[in-house]
Amino acid sequence: MRLFGHKPTTLAWVGLAIIGFFSLIAVLAPLLAPHEEGAVVSDTWAPASGSFLLGTDNIGRDMLTRLMYGARMTIGVALTCTILSFIIGTTLGLLAAVGGSLLDQVLSRSVDIMLSIPLLVFALMILSMFGSSIPTLIITIAILDSTRVFRLARSVALNLVVLDYVEAARLRGEGLWWLMRREILPNALPPMISEFGLRFCFNFLFVAGLSFLGLGIQPPYADWGGMVRENGRAIAFGVSAPLWPAIAISIVTIGVNLVVDWILSINARPSGASAEM
Amino acid sequence: MAETVLAIRNLRVESITGTVLVDDVSLELKPGEVLGLIGESGAGKSTIGLAAMVYARAGCKITGGTVEVKGANARTLDMEARRELRGRRIAYVAQSAAASFNPAHCIMDQVCEMPVQHGMMPKAAAQAWAVELFRSLELPNPETFGARFPHQVSGGQLQRAMAAMAISCRPDIVVFDEPTTALDVTTQIEVLALIKKLIKEYHTAALYISHDLAVVAQVADRIMVLRGGKLVEQGTTEQILMRPQNEYSRALVADRKASDKLSVESTAQRGAIVLSVANAVGMYGNFTAVKNVSLSVAHGETLAVVGESGSGKSSLARLIVGLLPRSAGTVTFRGRELSSALKNRTKEDLRKLQFIYQQPDVALNPRQTVGEIIGRPVQFYFDRSPADVAKRVAELLTQVDLPLDYAQRLSSALSGGQKQRVCIARALAAEPELIICDEPTSALDQLVADGILKLLKHLQDELGIAYLFITHDLGIVRRIAHRTAAMLRGEIVAEGATAAVFSPPLHPYTERLLASVPEVRADWLDEVLAHRA
Repeated sequence: MRLFGHKPTTLAWVGLAIIGFFSLIAVLAPLLAPHEEGAVVSDTWAPASGSFLLGTDNIGRDMLTRLMYGARMTIGVALTCTILSFIIGTTLGLLAAVGGSLLDQVLSRSVDIMLSIPLLVFALMILSMFGSSIPTLIITIAILDSTRVFRLARSVALNLVVLDYVEAARLRGEGLWWLMRREILPNALPPMISEFGLRFCFNFLFVAGLSFLGLGIQPPYADWGGMVRENGRAIAFGVSAPLWPAIAISIVTIGVNLVVDWILSINARPSGASAEM
Repeated sequence: MAETVLAIRNLRVESITGTVLVDDVSLELKPGEVLGLIGESGAGKSTIGLAAMVYARAGCKITGGTVEVKGANARTLDMEARRELRGRRIAYVAQSAAASFNPAHCIMDQVCEMPVQHGMMPKAAAQAWAVELFRSLELPNPETFGARFPHQVSGGQLQRAMAAMAISCRPDIVVFDEPTTALDVTTQIEVLALIKKLIKEYHTAALYISHDLAVVAQVADRIMVLRGGKLVEQGTTEQILMRPQNEYSRALVADRKASDKLSVESTAQRGAIVLSVANAVGMYGNFTAVKNVSLSVAHGETLAVVGESGSGKSSLARLIVGLLPRSAGTVTFRGRELSSALKNRTKEDLRKLQFIYQQPDVALNPRQTVGEIIGRPVQFYFDRSPADVAKRVAELLTQVDLPLDYAQRLSSALSGGQKQRVCIARALAAEPELIICDEPTSALDQLVADGILKLLKHLQDELGIAYLFITHDLGIVRRIAHRTAAMLRGEIVAEGATAAVFSPPLHPYTERLLASVPEVRADWLDEVLAHRA
């Protein structure tokens, strides 16, 4: 089988299988889960048994059920953030590249200012000011993350705007929107796609991290970062409860990275892509 | 009989996908002999040159035949032995010296690298030897030349430094891969003369790869004509030039010779003036690229603007279309003054003045189909319905001799010549009165370029379009230009009917340009050099 016109490597298949598995669980959670999302069904930290395959959590909710709903919430929020961040970042990045030096300076320097503040501190500040409802959470992460996307989109587009076909379109009298949408975007897509996977990983960890700190997704919604936090103390009693969500977080991160590695190996990474968080 | 330094027998090179790049080619090289390889792009010239070093580009593999260097089969050598062979016994001079030098190291370090790496001499001795090579290549200040960085010297000097690098290990064979193609005609002649001298002085055998028959004729003892990875014809230089046997070689030779003659008569009665530029000045920062230039182009006329690179030809074109704002002077189109900045021009101004680029590869969006590319100006300027646009696209494709089903193809799937035809169709789609052609054929093979020139000429006769044709190739000027303007350092130094510009009394610059165009005669270079001395 071929994807993007290339044959995935074995590791890429492993990554694709992981992503496929968790996506399926996320989508079908209400059908697959053995219990209700927030239902207290047993004692605190009950051991694994026939009716609770992975045991129960700190207030006696079924761990497997929580994990399934958590997949839905954590992956869903991270994905929405990434999509939103790419829409904002790519639009502004292309605009900066084609819109002339003044616009470029204004946008790039504003982004520089945002980038100079540590991401986590910035997010904590905004979330504690506006409260952490899910929409606020998504918009905050998307805007913060879009600064990274902006930088990549701008640097890729800068290499494209100097090409003759873009100049030909300018000479024809085309407007900025046409230049961005029709001449530059299609040619900027390959590096943006691999960056999408990477940014998803970072956002996914970021959402989990914020929840772990108590500022992300709020109870009663299940979410992996929050589940680690809720069950954290259990580790001292030798109960495995906090390990399950932690393992789920690592597996998804590794899975996405395996696929991204493969995509990156197909189209060489352009300069300006930022891998740091 | 002298021994053979390089013998390639039944060479076969294939790409990983199975395409045959070189098929059953054999050649022999004796000490001090120069074999010219000639052909269009894709003929397998460079692949053969690299195969002589038992090297194949990424994605290619030598799958058959033998490569013998001094009688020993090099294909059976292990990696270490191949490393010994390369550089030391066989050296390579690439087309683009600018891309082949490491910008972070000075030239001396890079020239000395090979003898030092191969353990032939200590660093001090290698440096002294490099200075000697710089001197014999007539580089300025040979003692200090090596301390400069690649970006601090001119293209011609860098190409000579690369020749010095190749010869630094005293190899038996040097592979020259189009060493003068990226240079100006006036620089080309110097580099060519020095390469010739170098080969003679060090008695090195050489493979000289070029697409230009006239250039090969100056240095080669024998010539091989290649096409599509196969040998077409092989013979002494004189044989190939005077009595080519094969039809394809005959076409190559005839076409090259045709450009020596003047073929367009300028009419005494000029049509209405379409474009006139008066005292235009264009600056990049503090640098004046276009100095006080005045010219005019009439309906159905071709004005050629010739000059070396850096003479301001392209800047003049950019100034006319509004990409380079002019700081003084006027540009008038059909009596209407055009605004200096692109964004202040009306749609109608833009439509009447079209542009064709030098490199068709980057002039077309690789993610759009030919139909979208050609159809866009029709829709943009004339606001036609989709059905009418499709009809017009078909008409335009027919006009530029492309099959109609190309409309559905992505532009990246076309060859260079076909891409340039699409560029022409895109320009025609706007129904322009003047097309500015910025070296439209310099990136194309000789016979393909010939087809493009014929097409442009035919369109001019049919539609009465005027061309402002920028080129450094005087052969093209003679073939298509009614009038010619020669540019030097941003100024027009000679202007008039082509025949008048090219006949005595000549401006010294025009004379130098004319004298630098290689002619398809084996003794041309020697004559020119003798004349200069």
